[in-house]
Amino acid sequence: MSEPLVQVRGVRKEYRRGTEVVPVLDGLDLDIQAGDYLALMGPSGSGKSTLLNLLGGLDQPTSGTIRVGGTSIEGLSSNELASWRASHVGFIFQMYNLLPVLTARQNVELPLLLTPQSKAERTHRADAALALVGLSDRANHKPAELSGGQEQRVGIARAIVTDPELLLCDEPTGDLDRKSGDQILDLFDALNREAGKTIVMVTHDPRAAARARRILYLDKGVLVREEA
Amino acid sequence: MQLWTVIWMNLRSLPGRLAATSVAVIGIGGVVMVLVATLAMSQGFKAALNVAGASDIAVIVRGGSSGELASNLSDAEAKVIEDAPGIARDAHGPLVSPEVYVLVDLPMIGSGTAANVPFRGVGPHATALRSHFKLVAGRLFAPGLDEVIVGRGAASQFRGIRLGQPVRFGTKQWTVVGIFEDQGSVTESEVWTDVHVLQSSYRRGSGIQSVRAQLLAPEATERLSSALKADPRINVAVATEKAFYSEQSRALVTLVTTLGSAISLVMGIGAVFGAINTMYAAVAARTREIATLRAIGFSGGAVLASVLVEALLIGVAGGVLGGLLAYVGFDGYRASTLNFQTFSQLTFAFSITPAVLTTGILYSVVLGLLGGLWPGYRAAHMSVTAGLRSL
Repeated sequence: MSEPLVQVRGVRKEYRRGTEVVPVLDGLDLDIQAGDYLALMGPSGSGKSTLLNLLGGLDQPTSGTIRVGGTSIEGLSSNELASWRASHVGFIFQMYNLLPVLTARQNVELPLLLTPQSKAERTHRADAALALVGLSDRANHKPAELSGGQEQRVGIARAIVTDPELLLCDEPTGDLDRKSGDQILDLFDALNREAGKTIVMVTHDPRAAARARRILYLDKGVLVREEA
Repeated sequence: MQLWTVIWMNLRSLPGRLAATSVAVIGIGGVVMVLVATLAMSQGFKAALNVAGASDIAVIVRGGSSGELASNLSDAEAKVIEDAPGIARDAHGPLVSPEVYVLVDLPMIGSGTAANVPFRGVGPHATALRSHFKLVAGRLFAPGLDEVIVGRGAASQFRGIRLGQPVRFGTKQWTVVGIFEDQGSVTESEVWTDVHVLQSSYRRGSGIQSVRAQLLAPEATERLSSALKADPRINVAVATEKAFYSEQSRALVTLVTTLGSAISLVMGIGAVFGAINTMYAAVAARTREIATLRAIGFSGGAVLASVLVEALLIGVAGGVLGGLLAYVGFDGYRASTLNFQTFSQLTFAFSITPAVLTTGILYSVVLGLLGGLWPGYRAAHMSVTAGLRSL
């Protein structure tokens, strides 16, 4: 069997609160195969968001190694990590985190600005990503003119526009009504099954988690249970 | 490419932060206004003294005297000077003007306080020795009569010297018969009459205080100076008019420039803190946006640059505002001050030159950049994970 897309070995993460050291992840091991769809569940403070941030190179482990697609990311500098993120990871946030002054198309185009593509190529790819999430007719709208579900679909288009292997989703349906949430989850299904994207999703919602192939439960910084 | 995007996006969100931004702009603008006004003032001094200072005119005073006021030369000494080499002549003799210099009291127009106004008795060549001299009203005084002409600067600053009006200087009543200008030079601060009339009115006998002489060429100063130094009959100091005036005003120009720069520096420190505050607020308002950009893969450098560009624009806007206020408020504004080296009132015009404006705007750019540096650094290095969750 080939090397897993994500390989986490002995990862510890501690935060300092004054003089007190608070452990968040405690010697975690985890493999994620390419094409997998993983849900991370657990109570608040269990370390699931921290794990997601570490996988995406937004934060560095206190100790241990993280390999993604053959690259050890725990040793990279902050600017190396930034350019690594630009081409390997797509983030989807609970609060969508779209830039309010930009239109939907401009928001989706944003990650492509870090690539050498021409303006025409960028627009073409941004429009293709918007079409994939069913928002072609909203390309020129600002985020404030979109519903929550539509905003999150723009967020997904932005995450996939550079065609990264790994999609990291932090409570993607946490702020949506049930119908909009289901649409988002349908999109994830399609991205996983048809486009072969590897998805890691942090969620509190058992209905969302049930759509994943694997569910991992964390508590107090350790993996306590796994369901397939 | 990513740099321009982040900068452009930042500027797009600027209208939402207009109030805080304009406070910083006004803060920097005030500082620049003070700086530009002070520089314009010392520029005005320099202009007043420079225009007057020709390099082919020599001013000769008694050796060791610090200026015309403390100098005195006898009639015989004046004759020796007139015959010295290096001085230009025409058919009637040497081109020189023996001059008497006294101070008279006149109330200033604004405050009414008495000021020392130079009252100069001049020889017949005096106007020819000042190449910018021009009568703008009335006529020249008639030799032998109690008539005066006044400089435009003096006329605008002091009460009681109006064209056609009588004025009392010393024991006599004089009539103002003309007004002259001299391209804004220090000469415009003076009142002139015939040298012989002034000598008799102030009981100077035949003594004078200085001789102005047309040199054959600027290089002739040396010749004149060494010839007069070698002459055992007299003890005089020779300087070109340019050197003479710049020496007369050095302390004043230095004082104003130093004081103005010091005030601008102290105010500038205050304005930098204002700018820092504004940029912190700007960064705080955009925390989530910046964190999102960082998560997507934009570099910390691009974020720093976007903050610096905003700070730079605030600085430039402040600089332009301050320069404009100073220009509207002060350019050409005439004022006078006591030159404590000559004990006389010097009138001058605030002069806002392109160089002065450039200095002001450069200063504002520095203030803006200093204000943006630390907030920008912090923004570039903030925790992405914490920033993503901020509202």
